[in-house]
Amino acid sequence: MTTISERTSPAERFQAIIDADEKVEPSDWMPEGYRKTLIRQIAQHAHSEVIGMQPEGNWITRAPTLERKAILIAKVQDEAGHGLYLYSAAETLGVTRDELVELLHTGRQKYSSIFNYPTLTWADIGAIGWLVDGAAITNQVMLTRTSYGPYARAMVRICKEESFHQRQGYEIMLRLCNGTPEQKAMAQDAVNRWWWPALMMFGPHDSESTHTSQSMEWKIKRISNDDLRQHFVDMTVPQAEYLGLTLPDPELRWNPERGHYDFGEIDWDEFWRVVNGHGPMNRDRLEHKIRAWEDGEWVRDAAAAYAEKQQARRAASRTGG
Amino acid sequence: MAYSVPHVDGEPDPEFGRSESRGWPMWEVFVRQRRGMSHVHAGSLHAPDAETALQHARDVYTRRVEGVSVWVVPSSAIVASDPDEADAFFEAIEKPYRAATYYEIPDEVGQM
Ligand SMILES: [Fe+2]
Ligand SMILES: [Fe+2]
Repeated sequence: MTTISERTSPAERFQAIIDADEKVEPSDWMPEGYRKTLIRQIAQHAHSEVIGMQPEGNWITRAPTLERKAILIAKVQDEAGHGLYLYSAAETLGVTRDELVELLHTGRQKYSSIFNYPTLTWADIGAIGWLVDGAAITNQVMLTRTSYGPYARAMVRICKEESFHQRQGYEIMLRLCNGTPEQKAMAQDAVNRWWWPALMMFGPHDSESTHTSQSMEWKIKRISNDDLRQHFVDMTVPQAEYLGLTLPDPELRWNPERGHYDFGEIDWDEFWRVVNGHGPMNRDRLEHKIRAWEDGEWVRDAAAAYAEKQQARRAASRTGG
Repeated sequence: MAYSVPHVDGEPDPEFGRSESRGWPMWEVFVRQRRGMSHVHAGSLHAPDAETALQHARDVYTRRVEGVSVWVVPSSAIVASDPDEADAFFEAIEKPYRAATYYEIPDEVGQM
């Protein structure tokens, strides 16, 4: 048996790394398609974390208690951190942070469509933590085994933090479901609105997603969209039952032969509408992001000016004696 | 899949790596998890100066007291070995006599 380093051509060495389930690292040779696929995926993942702060940020000033407010701030701060880990991972592939931010701001790179839905009530904060972070965890646990080292390492770090996100969300739902009839109705309404968008997070059917097979061959992706979605449904249905909430799908039922829950068809027209920019909040999210970037310009300028001044002062004291 | 967006018909394929970074320089972050352990590479970040880099490192990499000490180093100061020269560079594999298992010691001698 030959070891990875004994293979002669760079392409052979790359394939040997993939075959051996080892990690590709930034300084390794890699096919241009592999690099581009990763940049696109990691950048969009990063954009999603950053834009994902908005729907929840919407409720920070209106959280029902000081404790819930502190928790929500911590959760939103985590999402900012997730964005930063991921941008760093993308940068190891030879792209600058500036380029990625610009691609987001000009709409040439997208973020997950889930964040184009509005957060109408406090129960939405519970539903997001439980369902949206829950769906994200399903996907991200799979990505801890992705073939690109920096991406896998970012995922390990992120997954450690996501469990807090999902549990705080479920606890909000639990509290509402054990509260007044109005509170329980609010929780049910939130689930009615977030259930289907959460299922859409896993993307098109395997039969429809043309890029999936190449990603699976490169081991960037390790489990298919439909399998991840099924796993999420199987995990979530008992959690909804415990809350006493109904998932808004009349076709949802246990299938003893498959050993899985059967569920209804996603509204793919809605899916593509939102992906193509026509969801309820697409414009707001991007406008808000660009405004925040522009409003922060004086801070970036001041920090740069301060760094320059400090450097000049240090240089002067070194030569001046 | 979660947090990624399906390909849309006619989606442009941006060319990367052409622009020079106008932003803050990059720093590598090393965190000492506990007393008695080495600082271990945690990741990287952008910051205008060392002091700010330290504060960012605290916020980005130790939000849950993952460390008792942090180092930041300008990424440009890292000197790395060449992965293509790894075979010649790490030649120890040709020197099995450096490994303890190379030597046969009779069982009667006991643990050594
Ligand atoms: Fe996240
Ligand atoms: Fe999260």
